[in-house]
Amino acid sequence: MPEISLAALAAQVFTGLVLGGIFVLLAIGLSLIFGLMTVVNFSHGALYMLGAYFGYVLLTHTGSFTVALVLAPLLVGALGLAVERVLIRPLYGRSPDDPLLLTFGLSLVVVETARLIWGKIGLTLDPPRALGGAVNLGFTYFPTYRLFVIAVTAVVLLALWLFLEKTNVGLLIRAASRDPLMVRALGFDVGRVWFIVFGIGTGLAGLAGILAGPMRGAYAEMGVTIIIESFVVVVVGGTGSLVGAVVSGLLIGQVVGLTTFFVPKLAEIIVFIFMAVVLLLRPSGLFGEAGLLE
Amino acid sequence: MSAVAAWVRRHPVLGFFVVFAIFPWVVPYKSLATQVLIYGLFALGFNLLYGYTGLLSFGAAAYWGLGAYGTGIALAKLKVTSLWLALGAGLAAAVVGGAVFGFFCLRRRGIYFAMLTLAFAQLLYFVGFHLADWTGGDDGLRGIAVPAVVLPGLRIPLDRSVVFYYFALVLVGLAVAALRRILDSPFGTVLQAIRENSDRAAACGYDISRIKHLSFVFSALFCGLAGSLDALRLTVVPIESLHWSTSGQVVIMTLLGGAGTFFGPFVGAGTFLVLEDLVSARTESWPLVIGLVFMAFVLFLPKGIWGTLTGNSAAPK
Repeated sequence: MPEISLAALAAQVFTGLVLGGIFVLLAIGLSLIFGLMTVVNFSHGALYMLGAYFGYVLLTHTGSFTVALVLAPLLVGALGLAVERVLIRPLYGRSPDDPLLLTFGLSLVVVETARLIWGKIGLTLDPPRALGGAVNLGFTYFPTYRLFVIAVTAVVLLALWLFLEKTNVGLLIRAASRDPLMVRALGFDVGRVWFIVFGIGTGLAGLAGILAGPMRGAYAEMGVTIIIESFVVVVVGGTGSLVGAVVSGLLIGQVVGLTTFFVPKLAEIIVFIFMAVVLLLRPSGLFGEAGLLE
Repeated sequence: MSAVAAWVRRHPVLGFFVVFAIFPWVVPYKSLATQVLIYGLFALGFNLLYGYTGLLSFGAAAYWGLGAYGTGIALAKLKVTSLWLALGAGLAAAVVGGAVFGFFCLRRRGIYFAMLTLAFAQLLYFVGFHLADWTGGDDGLRGIAVPAVVLPGLRIPLDRSVVFYYFALVLVGLAVAALRRILDSPFGTVLQAIRENSDRAAACGYDISRIKHLSFVFSALFCGLAGSLDALRLTVVPIESLHWSTSGQVVIMTLLGGAGTFFGPFVGAGTFLVLEDLVSARTESWPLVIGLVFMAFVLFLPKGIWGTLTGNSAAPK
């Protein structure tokens, strides 16, 4: 009996890891955009939802999950670029509240448009056959597709880290997040850096959406709850800290996963209680420096 | 139009009473007038925090919902027979909620504040959802019997919608007068100083975290009164009262009317509700329409209708 529950617990830890991975992808996009542009993208959840729907459309038309997995985030990222150029750019220089308000309106529009196109009833996405079934991890069986999600998240995070740390564009992004005025004075086009970062951030939201699709299905409201939870991840992680977003995303994934296992009734609430405790003990978040970027 | 607007600006409280005394007789049906009044008060509470103190809250539904459930539970579950006691229960719930959540949300500045208010409102939504014994959960809280207004030597039943409208008008009018009083006080001036430049206000020696917290609680009080009145109007409290979309609604209303303007919230609530009525009769996609309208306002008309009309440029920076 104890062995069975231990195996179930281990499986739950893996489930928490999958959830944490989705949180991390969303939170890192939010953090990246916020750290650089002081723009809180409220439509992040709506773009996550579009990632899942684009994935569905690509999957049904091409029959290839790989194509869907690659193209859906690119399409969402392209849409993100258009949003930055057309809607966010006119708001630079105004209060940081304004882009938040604007993207809130945008999220209403996107969710309702999705409802018009794909209907009110959710759609199911099938994982590719190669990723169906379960893998024996020695102590428990675990769905192959979920292991795949963990792997993809890890690879993408590694790639993002290498991009930010080892490439010239990455250097420029880091510099612009620290001191945009100086970067501009050195002759670089900060507007273009923002443009690129918005595309990357929204693309990551699209990736989270297509990855979540086969587990949760695609439905118009799927981004609403998760965007609020991702805000919590960002707040807990600390101001503009990418490492904070990763650690806090994984941590909250575990907290939610384990609470679902032990006290299912508290599963929806625990995220917020956890946030309140962190705010009490470390108001600026786990990895935040007080006063930075606020 | 602008002459009327100018007169209303000079005599805000009197202007409010005059306009809203006539209001139900010029709109197509009276229940719309009551809604404008109550949602206007809700937006007024939100506007105190956003428009005047510069704190953007995405969690106003929490205090609206606390007011509604406080009054609703007092009447439906605790079988309170006094209207004043039931209203008091709603206000107390909203004020306590505002004090506690305000404490947490104000631990982070700037844009994080907006995320935190949203998160705490969501917490309350799930709590309301799961405490079905008290709140009715998904089905909403039903069985609210509205007692008559009892004043010394006077007993007025509220079962007729016109009577209820004027009852609500008196309470909302008192709230409007109270807000005017708050804004004209030294405290109100400091609020606006915090909105303009919180660092400078702090440097002037004001305890800005205490003042922000107080503003948060006052805002919760107004939102809570609005929620209480809505519970009496509907005689049911739907779980959507605590939903994030309710917080979003009041943000939209206030910005349509004009944030940081005294009557913007009422103008915005009226515009929103009339538009919703017209659009919903033709299409199901109301959120699409209001989303586009709202985006257009943020981009092109950030002062809102009333702010543009009166040339008042007190929109938060």
